[in-house]
Amino acid sequence: MASNGIRDRVAVVAMGCTTFGEHWGRSAEDLLVDATGECLSSGDLTSDQIDAYWLGTMASGMSGLTLSKPLALEYRPVTRVENFCATGSEAFRNACYAVASGAYDVAMAVGVEKLKDSGYSGLVRPQIASDGTSADLTLTAPAAFSMLDPAYCAKYGVDPGTFREAMTHIAWKNHCNGARNPRAQFRKAIPKEKIAASPLVAGRLGVLDCSGVSDGAAAAVIVRAEDAHRWTDRPMYVKGLSLVAGPGSGALDPGYDWTTFPEVVASATDAYRQAGIDDPARQIHLAEVHDCFTPTELVLMEDLGFCGRGEAVKHVLDGAFDLDGRLPVNPDGGLKSFGHPVGASGLRMLFECWLQFRGEAGDRQLPDPRVGLTHNLGGRPGSCVSFVSVVGKDLSEEAA
Amino acid sequence: MTLGIVSYGVHLPVHRLALSEVAAAFGSGSGRGRRVVAAFDEDSTTMAVAAARGLVPDRSVESLWFATTSPAYAEKTNAAAVHAALGLGEETFAVDVAGAVRSGEGALRAAAGSGGLAVLADVRVGRPGSADESQAADGAAAFRFGPSAQALAVPVARACATAELLDRWRLPSELTASQWEERFGLDSYAPLVAATAGRALADAGLASADLVVVSSPHTRVAADALARLGGADALPMGNAGAADVGIRLADALDRAQPGNTILVVSVSDGVVATVWRATDRIDAARPAVSVRQLLAAGRDVPYPTYLTWRGLLEREAPRRPEPERPAAPPSARNLDWKFAFVGSRCDKCGFLHLPPQRVCASCRTVDVMSAAPLTEAIGSVVTFTVDRLAYSLSPPVICAVIDFDGGGRCLLELADAEPAEVVVGARVGLTFRRLWTTGNVHNYFWKAALLGGESVGQ
Repeated sequence: MASNGIRDRVAVVAMGCTTFGEHWGRSAEDLLVDATGECLSSGDLTSDQIDAYWLGTMASGMSGLTLSKPLALEYRPVTRVENFCATGSEAFRNACYAVASGAYDVAMAVGVEKLKDSGYSGLVRPQIASDGTSADLTLTAPAAFSMLDPAYCAKYGVDPGTFREAMTHIAWKNHCNGARNPRAQFRKAIPKEKIAASPLVAGRLGVLDCSGVSDGAAAAVIVRAEDAHRWTDRPMYVKGLSLVAGPGSGALDPGYDWTTFPEVVASATDAYRQAGIDDPARQIHLAEVHDCFTPTELVLMEDLGFCGRGEAVKHVLDGAFDLDGRLPVNPDGGLKSFGHPVGASGLRMLFECWLQFRGEAGDRQLPDPRVGLTHNLGGRPGSCVSFVSVVGKDLSEEAA
Repeated sequence: MTLGIVSYGVHLPVHRLALSEVAAAFGSGSGRGRRVVAAFDEDSTTMAVAAARGLVPDRSVESLWFATTSPAYAEKTNAAAVHAALGLGEETFAVDVAGAVRSGEGALRAAAGSGGLAVLADVRVGRPGSADESQAADGAAAFRFGPSAQALAVPVARACATAELLDRWRLPSELTASQWEERFGLDSYAPLVAATAGRALADAGLASADLVVVSSPHTRVAADALARLGGADALPMGNAGAADVGIRLADALDRAQPGNTILVVSVSDGVVATVWRATDRIDAARPAVSVRQLLAAGRDVPYPTYLTWRGLLEREAPRRPEPERPAAPPSARNLDWKFAFVGSRCDKCGFLHLPPQRVCASCRTVDVMSAAPLTEAIGSVVTFTVDRLAYSLSPPVICAVIDFDGGGRCLLELADAEPAEVVVGARVGLTFRRLWTTGNVHNYFWKAALLGGESVGQ
């Protein structure tokens, strides 16, 4: 893939993020006002300093008016984007490219989702008129991701009980991390026994193997890297951004084995190349990944190159990705603790990198992380979009 | 040219309702035996496909006559869906002979006259706890007619009588039927049975037939006629409505020796009596599994589940939106895929696509594909899930990724399966089912079924 990248050409200078949760009393508009308000004030900005907006939402509003009306914007460009669970990340990517192109000096990426008003548990997506033959029409997301489990165990000869322990460890770890995060939906550590015994939802996934459904919003202001210090003395630099949409052939192609996300491998490879990373397991200091379901995070450890193929179960159980492990994964608690307001999640991940680089992560602060990764995937095993960003605390030497 | 039956097939659903459960629930009934029950995703149309598939391997037949008292649609021709699922050409005339139990005889007669395909299928519903509920059965039978030189049985004589009686009836809007006092029906039909069967036998030059089959939704009439006509070893199954005469004829064909005569008497709104003679071809032309073997198999379904399947018990739905109804234009565009499971094979590299694609997933060649019908294909489970959250009339939904022998992968629901039975590597075939019904539209498509189960076609 011939992507040129925009390494170190733009920087994040302000961010905001609401608490994620069941906001029965607040609308999508309220969440947008809150997230953008916190974002602006964190950088001592006002809305008339923002030249253009990219709004990510999957199903909580259509068109730029979703943002311009509640914020009473003064006739500014607002682009609404949607790319399943990578929607918030996609808003960020587009805002970064707009600034890097020189088209705008200051852009804001905003993500929002209001899911709890639907009355349904789990994500509900608008359906397109169809012939009714796709199993995806009935199959729920936890069921689709649960199919990783038997396939992985069969391919690598992993004992199902051991795989179950690794799933449990991932949920346990992310809840422990989220318990230290005042913005998380679930702020309690959960004993492993309770996770392992939670009521079955799909396959061997229990309720506690699934991320929750929540409402939330998050925002970021992006400027040219050389302008960053006009707004803050601690900016976050963008090193690499990659998004790919797969051909969706996993459900069609017997060559796909249901133990990997080829889209993640492709987007990670691209983002690493842009960012100059050749050994992600060592060069990345924290990762926020798309732990929609526990087997997803497990497989991602291999797809993102944090460990070798077939090794994730061992590394997970050894604590390699715990808060005090060699590569902390989802230090903020992940989707598991935050729930998953689709349009906001990608920006919430970037927000954790922002806090960690600035030393503002409180009880879960890592010792001097300098390079972070965020990752989303939207869709299902074998048919998804994947986004990977690499962000950093410092400009690289050639850029500085 | 005389026409005869050249092939036949029967579908009996795998599920059984233990009548002891009904007796326990209502404190009534004998509590003995089990009745055959269509699954929640079966209806007269899907069972018709199950019985008829395999009878038209050349995908060409003069006509298709579909009889049922439980049509999935009114106004719309259900035979057209059966026609589509069998992959028949559009030049084949297909029509419903729907509404009455007697329609089963109508379909047989029409197909016998034209060298066509008669398909009889029914879902029989009685009020909970009623005799109609326990003495009924769901199922389907199909018969292909052709030149007598190729036939396994030929008609020798036929006689009929038509009688307008307020004997059994049902308003089109109702699920269950009513019946007049039993002795009225018995006294009205008995002389007609004797006279009509007598005429048929006389025309055939016979004093009696080797095998006697009686079909009637009126239980006492059926028992009385069978006794009078000397029938023995009747099929131990409740009445299957419009499909009943077909399933019983198929059972007789299962048991007939070459040269045997079979007297088939159906009693409903009159009497139809037909004498058949089995030919030398019968031993070679039977289906691999007999009606009695199908009947003896099966698994019990809990009574509340059965009532839910038939719409007699409304249970709490999962907290999920119902799937949308299938839309007409994409269903029409994708007719061969949706109804006949026809994929596309890349002419350049051979990659098989399910559903059909325009751009090859393997070599990216565009629009160089050939049709690949796969309904008879066998495959293996790659991975699977038991979805306890998905919307279904009968949760949990089991879904599996299937790789077919010879190429092609598809994610499909599993029919008639229990979660504990499914493993990676399990072997499956295909079965035509109704996925769901929303907005008064039935969503028909194929599911996978574990091999070894009875639901996979002949």
